[in-house]
Amino acid sequence: MTAAVELDGVECVFGAGPAAVRAVDRVDLRIDAGEFFTLLGPSGSGKTTCLRMIGGFTLPTAGRIRIGGVDVTRQPPYLRPVNTVFQDYALFPHMSIRDNVAYPLMVRGLGKAERAQKADDLLALVQLPGVGARRPAQLSGGQRQRVALARALVGQPQVLLLDEPLGALDLKLREQMQSELKALQRRLGITFLFITHDQHEALSMSDRIGVFNAGRLEQVGTPADVYDRPATRFVAQFIGAANLLDGAAAQRFTGHAGAMLRPERIRLGDAAGARTSATVAEVQYFGAFTRLKVDAGGTVLQADLPTEPGAAPIEPGRLVHLHWDARAVHPLQP
Amino acid sequence: MNTLAVTGLPPPTLRRRVSDLLYTRRGLLLLALLAPPLLWFGVIYLGSLFALLANAFFRLDDFTGQVVREVGVSNFIALLEPANLDAARRTVGMAIAVTLACTVLAFPVALVMARTSGATKALLYIAVMLPLWSSYLVRLYAWKLLLAKEGAISWAAQQLHFSWLLEALLATPLIGGPSLSFSTLGTFVVFVYMWLPFMVLPLVAAVERIPPSTLEASADLGAHPATTFARVVLPLAMPGVAAGSIFTFSLTLGDFIIPQVIGDSTLYIGQVIYRQQGVAGNIPFAAAFSLVPIVAIGLYLWFAKRRGAFDAV
Repeated sequence: MTAAVELDGVECVFGAGPAAVRAVDRVDLRIDAGEFFTLLGPSGSGKTTCLRMIGGFTLPTAGRIRIGGVDVTRQPPYLRPVNTVFQDYALFPHMSIRDNVAYPLMVRGLGKAERAQKADDLLALVQLPGVGARRPAQLSGGQRQRVALARALVGQPQVLLLDEPLGALDLKLREQMQSELKALQRRLGITFLFITHDQHEALSMSDRIGVFNAGRLEQVGTPADVYDRPATRFVAQFIGAANLLDGAAAQRFTGHAGAMLRPERIRLGDAAGARTSATVAEVQYFGAFTRLKVDAGGTVLQADLPTEPGAAPIEPGRLVHLHWDARAVHPLQP
Repeated sequence: MNTLAVTGLPPPTLRRRVSDLLYTRRGLLLLALLAPPLLWFGVIYLGSLFALLANAFFRLDDFTGQVVREVGVSNFIALLEPANLDAARRTVGMAIAVTLACTVLAFPVALVMARTSGATKALLYIAVMLPLWSSYLVRLYAWKLLLAKEGAISWAAQQLHFSWLLEALLATPLIGGPSLSFSTLGTFVVFVYMWLPFMVLPLVAAVERIPPSTLEASADLGAHPATTFARVVLPLAMPGVAAGSIFTFSLTLGDFIIPQVIGDSTLYIGQVIYRQQGVAGNIPFAAAFSLVPIVAIGLYLWFAKRRGAFDAV
């Protein structure tokens, strides 16, 4: 099977000389057809540059890019079989919503009636029926988002690129759009390449995640892979909360030279059989769970405990006994 | 008892009272700020304009040379004389041609200027504005020399073996003449040169307001750069074109010096008005003729609005 997108030693350097910035550094990546793939990373890590190179807005300084097996490295955007949902939606302000959605069809020379029909179909698909005659300025942010999605899908691209499309929406709407996007992707079978800096978004939506840091891909894997078996300290730290242990502390608690222990895998229990005992330094209440910062012989550990209804609150200064399953410990290169 | 020492506010001075009054009555502040410009605009500008228009309905007594203050339309009937119609048609035609040429020339400049920043942008701005720093008359007479029969342009054409092209252009009826400085083509070239900055500047402002992502979106959705220009850039830059063309159009309609110095000595509206009010002392007829550019601009704006030039504002 040919990959939907293949990056082969792709590199992007902005500027020249000592001021040069290596935005993307020798990235190899293969995204399968029909996959929901997410590039996750902090801002400035190179994920957006990577997306822009696939879309054709930025040219790589080295490497090859193939879409559906065809080398598009030097092709302009309008020849590439990908469409993008832009972060700011990039709707055409002077056109009606229907003309916006029908734009790719107009460009291809489809008849007016057919164009309008397809645009209305797509607007119905993204659950915005009946807004075709309005202008972008008359819609809310969430609605514009859906229009941008419809416009990017109407031309049936091989790959849909989504550049932090949910960033500007409020939390409730974002969660709703997350599940809708995922359902839409399943239904259409189009490869989605999604960019986000939000780990929850990445974990909940993706088939696979590529974690970017400082221009490099640190790890590619399923959400469970990157969460439970992070390849590097950066991945462990960036996705979810983590206790990163080094040196003597790592040896003492886990028997490894370096290790990661997720806070929610720690439980409190009796002194007998406890991995270690510690003094509670700080208590933070989050509703669904309570976060303890405990001091275990000079090493601060974080433990997220499920909130039990009616349980007595834990006070700072109390001595607690920590338990965890041996499988909860993930060894890391120190 | 536990009391806090309260420091009393100082007694209100006159300044404080005025500032309080302006703060609580926002309308008063607005009035104070707007009254001077509104008075200027209302009395000096509109007042004199209406006085001018009122004059258009009076007439000049040919025998005494005095203005007769009787309302009539004789001046407007005189406008329809072939010589006057000819001048109006020539001027409006020139204004349209100059506006179109300025738009075509300004677009590439504006597209580049809108996408650059820092020193390059400052340099381009200076390059566009630099001609405006010197006197209009100096530039006009400089062009007279450039366009003259033995001037730099015809010399360059000769050296580059393009004399045949220049001669063919000068032999063309309507735009030709004995030399560039005595041809309508020459008038056109100088008009375009003079008013180009007035098209470039509003156009840059309009193009700058186009979000770059909409251009990327257009390319992303399969549009060739030419399609992107026609469907996205041009409609979104239209308010700038409209603003710039009001300048180029009305400046051309009103100018009476350029066609005086460069051209084939046929008359433009400005020259007719100038002669009527100056040499002939026929203020009423000059006033009536002044209506022609005003009506032309009004029609132009109405047409631009109907074509949706301001829809993207």
